[in-house]
Amino acid sequence: MVSKEARSELISVVGEKWFLDSPNELYVYSYDATPLYQAMPDAVVIPGSVEELSAVLRIANQRGINIVPRGSGTNLCGGTVPLEGGIVLNINRLNKIKEIDQDNLTATFGPGVITADLHKAVEAVGLFYPPDPGSMRISTMGGNVAECAGGMRGLKYGVTKDYIMGLEMVLPTGEILQVGGKNAKDVAGYDLTKLLVGSEGTLAVVTEITAKLLPLPDAKQTMVAYYRSLTDAARTVQRVIANRIIPATMEFLDNATMQVVEDFARIGLPLDMEAMLLIEQDGSQSQVERDMERIAEICRQEGAAEVRLAQTADEAAGLMAARRAALSALARMRPTTILEDATVPRSRLAEMVEQVNRIAKKYDVQICTFGHAGDGNLHPTCMTDERDKEEIHRVEQAFEEIFLAAMKLGGTITGEHGVGVAKAKYLDLRVGSAGVELMKRIKQAFDPNGIMNPGKMFAKDTRRRVVVKSCECGHEHATEHEA
Amino acid sequence: MDEIMNCMQCGFCLPACPTYRETGKESASPRGRIALMKGVAEQKLPADDEFEQNMYLCLGCRACETACPAGVPYGSLVETAREVVESTKKQSESPSFVRKLIFEKVFPYPERLQTLGTLLWGAQAAGLQSLAQKTGLMKLLPRPMAEMQQAVDRVASPMERRKREPVMKPETSPPALRIGLFTGCIMDVMFYEINQATARVLVKAGCEVMFVDNQVCCGALHAHAGEKDGAVELAKRNIEAFEQSGVDYVVNNAGGCGAALKEYHHWFHDDPEWKQRALNFVAKVRDANELLAELPEITFTKSLAMRVTYQDSCHLAHGQGVRNQPRQLLRSIPGVEYLELNRADSCCGSAGIYNITNYEMSMQILDEKMDDVQETKADVVVTSNPGCLLQMKHGVNRAGLAGRMEALHIMELLDRAL
Ligand SMILES: Cc1cc2nc3c(=O)[nH]c(=O)nc-3n(C[C@H](O)[C@H](O)[C@H](O)COP(=O)(O)OP(=O)(O)OC[C@H]3O[C@@H](n4cnc5c(N)ncnc54)[C@H](O)[C@@H]3O)c2cc1C
Ligand code: SF4
Ligand code: SF4
Repeated sequence: MVSKEARSELISVVGEKWFLDSPNELYVYSYDATPLYQAMPDAVVIPGSVEELSAVLRIANQRGINIVPRGSGTNLCGGTVPLEGGIVLNINRLNKIKEIDQDNLTATFGPGVITADLHKAVEAVGLFYPPDPGSMRISTMGGNVAECAGGMRGLKYGVTKDYIMGLEMVLPTGEILQVGGKNAKDVAGYDLTKLLVGSEGTLAVVTEITAKLLPLPDAKQTMVAYYRSLTDAARTVQRVIANRIIPATMEFLDNATMQVVEDFARIGLPLDMEAMLLIEQDGSQSQVERDMERIAEICRQEGAAEVRLAQTADEAAGLMAARRAALSALARMRPTTILEDATVPRSRLAEMVEQVNRIAKKYDVQICTFGHAGDGNLHPTCMTDERDKEEIHRVEQAFEEIFLAAMKLGGTITGEHGVGVAKAKYLDLRVGSAGVELMKRIKQAFDPNGIMNPGKMFAKDTRRRVVVKSCECGHEHATEHEA
Repeated sequence: MDEIMNCMQCGFCLPACPTYRETGKESASPRGRIALMKGVAEQKLPADDEFEQNMYLCLGCRACETACPAGVPYGSLVETAREVVESTKKQSESPSFVRKLIFEKVFPYPERLQTLGTLLWGAQAAGLQSLAQKTGLMKLLPRPMAEMQQAVDRVASPMERRKREPVMKPETSPPALRIGLFTGCIMDVMFYEINQATARVLVKAGCEVMFVDNQVCCGALHAHAGEKDGAVELAKRNIEAFEQSGVDYVVNNAGGCGAALKEYHHWFHDDPEWKQRALNFVAKVRDANELLAELPEITFTKSLAMRVTYQDSCHLAHGQGVRNQPRQLLRSIPGVEYLELNRADSCCGSAGIYNITNYEMSMQILDEKMDDVQETKADVVVTSNPGCLLQMKHGVNRAGLAGRMEALHIMELLDRAL
């Protein structure tokens, strides 16, 4: 796919060191954090500047070479798996924080900046960038923008799209474009900034980000509530919000998740409980105290067996870190861990939890549930073994039914992890065929040659190439054959 | 294989990995290396030179293991991968001269190490070292070795070493515990004085300290370098030696050796008899910091007015989970102001013989480490492993801090305050 001439052109742009095509190097860019998907790229290019990146895209576009943008490869929808080969374009080196503007409360930085590093930098000057995906110590801001990542503070503060004010992007043709900026108000034309957020690398490559910042809240408190019943916990979430309290965080973990988290983090979770809520509130000291008292009261009313306020900042940080590790910790149980991302309106949360449990039983599969309960965003996670084809088939059926159940409750097929390849065949369920058609036309306008992250977002069953690892699980894309 | 399958590719280990931090490349990350191992195990990739390089660029510091929520035992995975590389190579070619020298001809023989020590002492005594430096003789040695040996302190004279009493008894009788000091191979030659200091500290804490005969190198370097057979042979000899001595504990002062000693039972998967003997041995192994923290606090007689920071030994922190004990001990020394080092549990780049085999990467990691060390404004940087100590001494030289800052083993510092 990458011809000899293209190879030498690309090397002359980025240098030998940053053009990789040896077998080991290709192999390690054939996967991301999504189980079951793997495919080999033809080359990996790691540009060191916007100019280099633009030149790479121009070459690729002229020669019809596919481009798969990649940050840290932590996405959970197969978004960076080069299904149709081509170049994996790693943006890690564009990782400078260029400015923290304390007058306008904005930050401007490269897409390769690690989310947690941005947090640290802005917090050092008393500012706050709220989106905090569980992967924040690893994920890049470019990846966060491209997936419109959410996080544990989504309930009160929203998700990535609520903070992105301006972008610099490189179109597949190599043109460098600035959209949005520091203006708090700006209605000149279509909002291309927002369009790029959540575009999953299918339209253009983001090369610079300007984000909105908030003042860092004065105070913060963290609380856990343990429950003997799952539904009581879910109902507490609904009740807290119905009582017009918006905590910064309301995370939900079921018993199985608590077990594995405890196994890794050893923070003394009571394992005889069915579920727990992890609740955090921030703001002014007095407001935080008042809210926490009222939330504790609601927890008790709804059947919490124990409510406990974290006594120190370390204890609070430990609880949050343990929650972030939940997904990975679940991998201890069985060889393959498949996580889903079903979201419903908050008021339907308890029903959704019950549905998940019913469906797991029906298909005889093991599903743990945790998630951003406050947003109605659940992550039912299946512990399985990809080598057991029959079981994987049941897992697929169970998940399909879970999506349908979520849709029926007014929900969606993905709350924050994106469509990628994993959800492509469900997209029309959510946006309808007219919606899919319109989205395809938008893609056509940005990327007429179709080189940007092909096979993602829109299900496509022609032109497949060797999938190194395949799942015979019913997804059309997963069958294995050469283009 | 199941252990490889447990990696769910989440990437939580990436920020913990020094080689990933330096290169930004997935192939130099734990997740990448595990994927490559999986590729080789599934025969999608050959165990070729490229694979070998990727496996050996890893420091084996196991910071990734601490970071991994899925509990992937990275340390043993990478050892197995290296074994595969070595056994593939053995079929095709003879091992390199240096490898042979190190793994087959020197480490298994304590007396040869002693001889090496004597030679080194002789050279230092005769001022050969500085002569060699002046005349450019050093240029004949490979650069890493030439540079590193400048960090070596004066080694003890053969006479001094022969004077050692086989048993040291505490003032209090009966002794609280009888312990056998694991003297280590390099440790006992290059850092003879640190072993003596460790013994004195333990005696002060009420232990009877024995220098058990017939003990040999722990085998860690062999195991990390894919020389499993050699490692197992050494383990057997150590287990036997300490079985016969009848001590309550086997105490060591080298994080790397300690981690290996505590894992001996993993080396005898298909040998039930030896596995049981290994388990009995492992149950007695303690790092000196670990044991001291369990014993009644030492009453120091001297005050040391200095600012001290601590660099974790990877195999002590990540391998054995010993993190607080050394810090506690340092804080307990009268006069010492303890300063926490930023990223103290991130590898210093020493990693066995890594600073010789992967010199450039090692120095890159060391320089970054020294920036953090300087930021603490400490007078002394303390470690708890001979390899790290040597590396930090070298780091002090490289950063131009010689004379202003000292690198010491924790037992030396404790000994100074006795
Ligand atoms: C343990 C764990 C916990 C997680 N928790 C959360 C969570 O709480 N909330 C959440 O929303 N997600 C979560 N995720 C998913 C994932 O971390 C996010 O999707 C994250 O935003 C991906 O960032 P990345 O840098 O790894 O991007 P990658 O995975 O490398 O890429 C993601 C997508 O973005 C595209 N892309 C990357 N960089 C650019 C760029 N510069 N320009 C254009 N396109 C680009 C890629 O092509 C790909 O489609 C979690 C993942 C893991 C493994
Ligand atoms: S080794 Fe552990 S932390 Fe690293 S990618 Fe695998 S599961 Fe995640
Ligand atoms: S052992 Fe250390 S160097 Fe090797 S992969 Fe793990 S963290 Fe990286």
